Amino acid sequence: MERKPRSLKRKTYYAMKMKRAVHLLFYKRHSKPGVKGWELRRALGPDYPKVISLIDDYLEKLDLKVNTIFEEGTPPEKPTREQLDKARFYVTLRGSLTPKEEKLVGLRIDDIAILAISIAYIISKRGKAPRKDLEDLLRKKMPGWRVDLNINRYIRSGYLSEDENGQLYLDWRTRAEVDQKALINLLLESEVLS
Amino acid sequence: MSIKKRRSLGREELKRIIDLCRSVDIKGLNPFLVDVEDLVTIIKEYFPDWKETWDLCLDAEALNEIASVVNLQSEWVKHRATSLYMDPFLIEEKLHILKAENIAQIFLKIWHPLIEFEQISIHSIGEATKYWKSLLPLDERWQETSIVERELERATRKDLIEQKILAEESFSAELESLWEELKHKVGNYGKVRYWDFIGADTYQETVMRAYLTSFLITYGYATLEIYPLEEEIFIKPFEKPIPIQKMKQQLASFPISISLEEWVRWRENQGA
Repeated sequence: MERKPRSLKRKTYYAMKMKRAVHLLFYKRHSKPGVKGWELRRALGPDYPKVISLIDDYLEKLDLKVNTIFEEGTPPEKPTREQLDKARFYVTLRGSLTPKEEKLVGLRIDDIAILAISIAYIISKRGKAPRKDLEDLLRKKMPGWRVDLNINRYIRSGYLSEDENGQLYLDWRTRAEVDQKALINLLLESEVLS
Repeated sequence: MSIKKRRSLGREELKRIIDLCRSVDIKGLNPFLVDVEDLVTIIKEYFPDWKETWDLCLDAEALNEIASVVNLQSEWVKHRATSLYMDPFLIEEKLHILKAENIAQIFLKIWHPLIEFEQISIHSIGEATKYWKSLLPLDERWQETSIVERELERATRKDLIEQKILAEESFSAELESLWEELKHKVGNYGKVRYWDFIGADTYQETVMRAYLTSFLITYGYATLEIYPLEEEIFIKPFEKPIPIQKMKQQLASFPISISLEEWVRWRENQGA
């Protein structure tokens, strides 16, 4: 008889924590979306990874997931508390968009192609590529004004970053949203199909 | 060959090495195109000739650039060993062959866009309405300052202090004394509510304290602890000032409204 109230209390405890975590995860509070691990720890307590895991399970039914992006880039097998605190947590789509749904994200098909080519090209150049080289590549298939407009747009939105020497890099949003390994594999396979 | 001519030739060689190494890094070329051993031999050959500091600096710079190339070579090998490696030529070829639509469709399969909301809350609407009501029309806010003609007279130091043209003590001394006050106020607890620290008997003094406190934080004498959900802000002094360059966290501006209404509310809560 004593167990039931204790388990109810536990459920209420986690339900409350989940609500707070959802507010932090979904609503943009800084210039970047998502929330840092240390912010979650401060708001939810030291067991925040458990709360995040519960939210992730819940979001699975909605085709969403909590994506953890570690500072080190590649996710460690067993992340330490420090690594989790420094990581950033985002809510992303678990599955993928169908070609018909592309308009939902407010981008034209050629805008998406420019983003895809930019990311693939930078990956192939070991994470950094001169902007001019990428522009030359894109201009072979796209009008120059669209290339320039899109590269600037993707820099502003955090997919790419540019340094003072005109070198382009992959930025935080690419790390959060794009499965780079899958992109390369699909491009490799696509040669057979084309 | 005269020593002068040899030195001149050596300098040219060092500059060439520096340019070569930099171009490999900037253009993303294969770092193994650089024959490191050959470059080190050239540096060794000319090293005994260097007497001037400038030449030695050039020598060190060339060596440093070679070290960067060695580092790039190590990264290159690591990258080739990962599953992400693909020959740049191969991918460029693929990007040429494939139609833009096909590339976009591939991308849609691996793209998981972020979900983020930007929504205004009832509280924010309330605050914004209050702000709008208290905002004076532009023609009143931008009114030209009327000049009152007065007879010439000598201003005393006291007058200048009253008009806030001169400070009673130097700015840094004011900051130091505010910092001491903060350290004294937090006691063993280590932190104090922001409003409890900046709040004073008059609104004018409160604004002045908030202004000085912002410098305490910017100059690394103290830090803020912000609890957005609880809507609480604490200020925490450091034992020693931490220079901006040594701060581990990324610096960010955090606006805090010091409106008259908030000051009145704080005073009421204080029981004044």
